[in-house]
Amino acid sequence: MKQEDLLFTQTHEWLHLSEEDGQKVATVGLTDFALKQLNDLVFVDLPETGRTLAAGESFGEIESVKSVSDIYSPVGGEIVDSNTSLSENLDRLSNDAYGDGWLIKVNVTDDSSLSEMMSFADYQKQCEEEG
Amino acid sequence: MSQDLAKTALYQWHVDHQGRMVDFAGWSMPTQYTSIVEEHNATRQAATLFDVSHMGRFYFTGSDVEAFLDNLATRKVIGMKLGAIRYSLVTDENGGILDDVLIYRLEELDGSPFYAMVVNASNREKIAAWIESHLSDDLDVHFEDHTVVTSMIAVQGPLANGLVTQEFGFNPDDLKYYTGTVVEIAGHRAIVSRTGYTGEDGCEISIANEAATTVWEAILAAGQEKGVMAAGLGARDTLRLEAAMPLYGHELSEEITPVQAGLGFAVNLKERQFIGSVPIAKAKEENNAPVRVGFALEGRRVARQGYPIIDNEGKAIGEVTSGTFSPTLEKAIGMAYVPAEFSAEGTALTIDLRGKRANATVVSLPFYSRK
Repeated sequence: MKQEDLLFTQTHEWLHLSEEDGQKVATVGLTDFALKQLNDLVFVDLPETGRTLAAGESFGEIESVKSVSDIYSPVGGEIVDSNTSLSENLDRLSNDAYGDGWLIKVNVTDDSSLSEMMSFADYQKQCEEEG
Repeated sequence: MSQDLAKTALYQWHVDHQGRMVDFAGWSMPTQYTSIVEEHNATRQAATLFDVSHMGRFYFTGSDVEAFLDNLATRKVIGMKLGAIRYSLVTDENGGILDDVLIYRLEELDGSPFYAMVVNASNREKIAAWIESHLSDDLDVHFEDHTVVTSMIAVQGPLANGLVTQEFGFNPDDLKYYTGTVVEIAGHRAIVSRTGYTGEDGCEISIANEAATTVWEAILAAGQEKGVMAAGLGARDTLRLEAAMPLYGHELSEEITPVQAGLGFAVNLKERQFIGSVPIAKAKEENNAPVRVGFALEGRRVARQGYPIIDNEGKAIGEVTSGTFSPTLEKAIGMAYVPAEFSAEGTALTIDLRGKRANATVVSLPFYSRK
């Protein structure tokens, strides 16, 4: 996925919106910047499909040698797909954050926080500040 | 990053080499340059350089220093041989640990005697104040803090001492483990000691700030083709944890006595008294406090500092003090305080990992020791 087509959160998740049969589907992942900051990944915990998330809710954890962080869903809705094989293939996550490293897909029922998300350009600015 | 953080003489080098700088005890220090795991493995397999200039370096002269330090240290300073370095604790009146330190008995190139003490960066001001509060006019003790005017470089790993020999003509292997000496390196007076905090052989070099970058770059250049690199505080932590070395603020605190910490070897109560010796002797006799253990976890999740160890009913019986994913063993390991009845090797423990229960087993320490 092209980063220019994505929306970003302050907590370093990316979101891609598409529409399938009239249903808005969001794909959520972690940004390359966040994964590089974490480095040395040891574990990713992703949810089963079928769970319903509220917007802003934590749906998983990412653990590196140094720290563990929650992963948040910017949108509310039901999880329809979860990339659980990543836990056995952490390289796929660190090497292809915007492609094979996607985390979950959500049938969106609450997209009210989309307006608070950042464009790629704005997100890049945030990353430069966090350096 | 805040402008008022202290900077070591190697600060610019770190920044120029992609060091990820963080605030560590008021110092701007690199956690890593490439990756913690890469720097960790390089230490075990080749050698790495650590800037440990943030650690407090104290300097003592005077005819009463030996007795003065003996009164502050859990191990004997009286009778230390020239060149000896002793790991010791500094305890308060209650036997609580104020810091863990190294005490050096050395002499300058001109033969004048002195003692040195290296303390944790986070405790430097506290220990300096503690020392000063015990000085008095009738004691011939002169105390100076040399931290900001000197640098300290740790060279650690199987290739470390060979590289130092090659570059500076002084072989740290000529020193016994945990001894040191004053030599001239790169035209400057330096303290070289066969010490470290990684579980590997190697040495530590304290030298004037103006020589720090020269020494650092010379060793690095000499070893670059053999995989030698700079390493940050992240690898320093995973390395010391594999070697089961305690870290102040994790395994050690003012609320912990040396007996609990499993640091009996670092306390000498025989026919001597020091500040804290009476309560420590009492704790040793009672022997009912939680003790430090090592554990290995099932799965890849890491149990981190503060995570509770729970019994079958979910009640906390202990607490994790340090945890990481061990790059050498490729599993999650950690240290914790638990009641003595849970401390035997092989005991099953349950740890609450942010709401999820994980199985762990008590294992013997250290997790790693070099061959």
